[in-house]
Amino acid sequence: MPGGIWVIGQAAAGGGLARLSSEVATLARALGEAGGVPVSGVVVAAEPAALAAELAGFVPRVLAVTEPALAASAGATVVAQRVAALARTNAPNLILTGADPDGRDIAGVLAALLGWPVLANALNATWGPVGPRVEISVFGGKQFSTSEFTAGRGVITVRPNAVQAVAQTPAGSVEAVQIADHLALPGVRVVGRIHEQHGGAAVEDARIVVAGGRGIGGPDGVTLLEHLAEALGGAVGATRAAVDAGWIDYPKQIGQTGKIVKPALYLALGISGAIQHKVGMQTAETIVAVNRDADAPIAEFADLMVVGDLFEVGPAILDELRTRRG
Amino acid sequence: MRIVVLTKPVPDPAAAEHLGPDGRVDRTGGNVINGNDEYALEAALKLVETHGGEVTVVAMSPETGRDVLRKALAMGATRGVLITDPALAGADWLSTIRVLAAAVREMEFDLLLVGVDTSDGGAGLVPAGLAALLGLPYLSNAATIEPVDAGVRVNRITATGFETLESATPAVIGGTQALGAPRYPTLKGIMGARSKEVAVRTLGDLGLDPATVGGAAAGTRVVDLRRPPERGQAKMVRGPAADVAREVVEFLAARGFI
Ligand SMILES: Cc1cc2nc3c(=O)[nH]c(=O)nc-3n(C[C@H](O)[C@H](O)[C@H](O)COP(=O)(O)OP(=O)(O)OC[C@H]3O[C@@H](n4cnc5c(N)ncnc54)[C@H](O)[C@@H]3O)c2cc1C
Ligand SMILES: Nc1ncnc2c1ncn2[C@@H]1O[C@H](COP(=O)(O)O)[C@@H](O)[C@H]1O
Repeated sequence: MPGGIWVIGQAAAGGGLARLSSEVATLARALGEAGGVPVSGVVVAAEPAALAAELAGFVPRVLAVTEPALAASAGATVVAQRVAALARTNAPNLILTGADPDGRDIAGVLAALLGWPVLANALNATWGPVGPRVEISVFGGKQFSTSEFTAGRGVITVRPNAVQAVAQTPAGSVEAVQIADHLALPGVRVVGRIHEQHGGAAVEDARIVVAGGRGIGGPDGVTLLEHLAEALGGAVGATRAAVDAGWIDYPKQIGQTGKIVKPALYLALGISGAIQHKVGMQTAETIVAVNRDADAPIAEFADLMVVGDLFEVGPAILDELRTRRG
Repeated sequence: MRIVVLTKPVPDPAAAEHLGPDGRVDRTGGNVINGNDEYALEAALKLVETHGGEVTVVAMSPETGRDVLRKALAMGATRGVLITDPALAGADWLSTIRVLAAAVREMEFDLLLVGVDTSDGGAGLVPAGLAALLGLPYLSNAATIEPVDAGVRVNRITATGFETLESATPAVIGGTQALGAPRYPTLKGIMGARSKEVAVRTLGDLGLDPATVGGAAAGTRVVDLRRPPERGQAKMVRGPAADVAREVVEFLAARGFI
C-alpha cells in the first residue's frame, strides 16, 4: 500500500512481542487515523506466526515474513534487509521502530539501505501539513523540539514508555509474505547466549521504582533498597555510580546508557540527579528523593525532597510502612 | 590490529544551553569526547596494547573538534583525522553516515568502533547505518571485544543477559560503557600527543558534493523548539528520621501509593 505507515514488530529477549512494539504500534495507529493513511505491521522471524498474531492486536494488518537465517544470526541486520526489500515494492512513507537497542539497530540499517532520513527518540507524533510532526526531547530533557521530514518520508524511532499501548478490537489480519532475495550484508553468528538471573521485577515495567545511587554505599544500602521495594511493591533501580561500584547489575541502571523508565513513583536514595541519570527517569509522575545535600540537583525536579541521611530515613520509612500495614 | 574509533566532540553534558536560535546544536562552547566513544577508545587502546597495532581516531566537527582529538591522542591513539567543512553545518543523520563512511573507506582497518549513542543528540543510529553503508558485519552493544581466529567475538548486551556474536573482520562494533572506564591522559601522553598527526579532510578531499550532504541536503527540519514545563518546586522536608518518615509515608498515601 503506497504511502502507508509501517511498524516493525520486534521480538522481546524473553520471547513474544516486545512491549515497546505495542506502544509503537499504538502511536502508528493514531497517526494513521489522523492522516487518513493505512497502517501495517511487519514481522520478520524464523517463526513469525505468534509474533504477527500479537502485533495484529494493535494494527489492522500484519505482514509476516519467515526468515530461517534468524535462527542463528544476529537479528537486526537481517530484519532490516527484509523490511527494506518489502518497502521497495510496497512504498510506505513512514516506518516506525522502538528506540531501544534492537529498534535502533534495525532503524539504522534500514534507513541506510533505503537512503531515508530519521527522526529519533520520538515521544509523540501528530499529523502536520507534510506528514508527521514528531516530538523529541533533546539534551536530557532541557528542551523539546518538534520536527518533520522535508519530503514527508522517513524512519521514526519511538522511546520506551512514551506512549500507552492500547489494543484494538477486532484484531487485524495476518498475511504471510515470502522474500527470496539474497541477503547482501554479511552475517553475524550468534554462538552463545548467556541468561543472567536478575532478581526482582524488570525496572522498565515497574509502577514503582526504588533507586539507589553512590550514597547507598554498598551491600547494606542495597538491602535497604530491596526492603523498601518489597514494602512498596516496586522494583530496584540504580545510577551508574551504583552499577560501576558493582552493587547493582547493569540491567537495572537508569539513564542515558541504561533504561528509560516512566513509573508512577520514583523513590531516589543517595542519588544526586546528574543529567545522564535524569534523562532516564524525569517523566516519572512523582519523584521523592532522600539526600543529605539540600543542594543536590535532584531537588530541582523532585516533588518531595527529604534532606537527611538515607541510613536513618530509609529504615524509618520502612518502619512506618510496616506499622501502617499492621 | 588496526582499529578506527569514531570520537564525536559533544558539548559538555554538564553545561546548560545547547541549541542555537536556529534550532541547530550550538557547537561553539567547550567540547568533550562523547562518553561512549571514550569507552570504545579505551577498549581499542587495551586491544592494541595486548595484540599490537594502532588506533586512529576520527571526528567530524568544526575546527573546535581538534581539541577532542588531541585528548584522544594524549590517551594513546596513534593519529587523528578531523573531517571539517563549512557545508557540514546542520548535517542530518543520513549526511553524517555518508561522510563518515567516505572517510573510513580511505582507511585500512580490522575493527571500526562506534559509540552506541551520543549525549548531544543521542539518536544511536550511526553505528548501524554506517555498517550498512560500508557493507560490513555489525556487532552492536558490545560489553567485551575479543579477537578470535575467524575474526572477532563480542558479548552483546541484551535485555536478559548477553549474546555472544562472532563475525569476520573488518567489522563495525557498537561500544558501550560496559567496555570499561577510560584512562586519564598522562603527562607523557599529553606531551607525546603534540607530535602526533591530525589530518584534515574536507568534503572535497572525500570526493563528496556539498549539495548532497550537509545542511543543504537535510531530510528533516525543526519546526518548533520549547522548554519543557517546569516541575514546580520540591517540597523540602527535614527533621528527626521518624517524623520525616511519617511525612513521606503520608505523602505517598495521599498520592495513592500505599
Ligand atoms: C556518557 C555518560 C553516560 C552516563 N550514563 C548514565 C546513566 O545511564 N545513568 C546514570 O545514573 N548515570 C550515568 N552517567 C553518570 C552520571 O554523570 C553521574 O555520574 C551518575 O548519575 C551519578 O550517580 P549518583 O547520583 O549515584 O552519584 P553522585 O553524583 O556521587 O551522588 C551521590 C549522592 O548521594 C548523596 N549521599 C551520599 N551519602 C548519602 C547518605 N548517607 N544519605 C543521603 N544521601 C547521601 C550525596 O549527597 C550525593 O548527592 C553517565 C555519564 C556519562 C559521561
Ligand atoms: N560527527 C561525528 N564524528 C565522529 N563520530 C561520530 C559523529 N557522529 C556520530 N559519531 C559516532 O556515532 C556514534 C553514535 O552517534 P549517534 O548515532 O549520533 O548517537 C557516536 O558515539 C560516535 O562514535
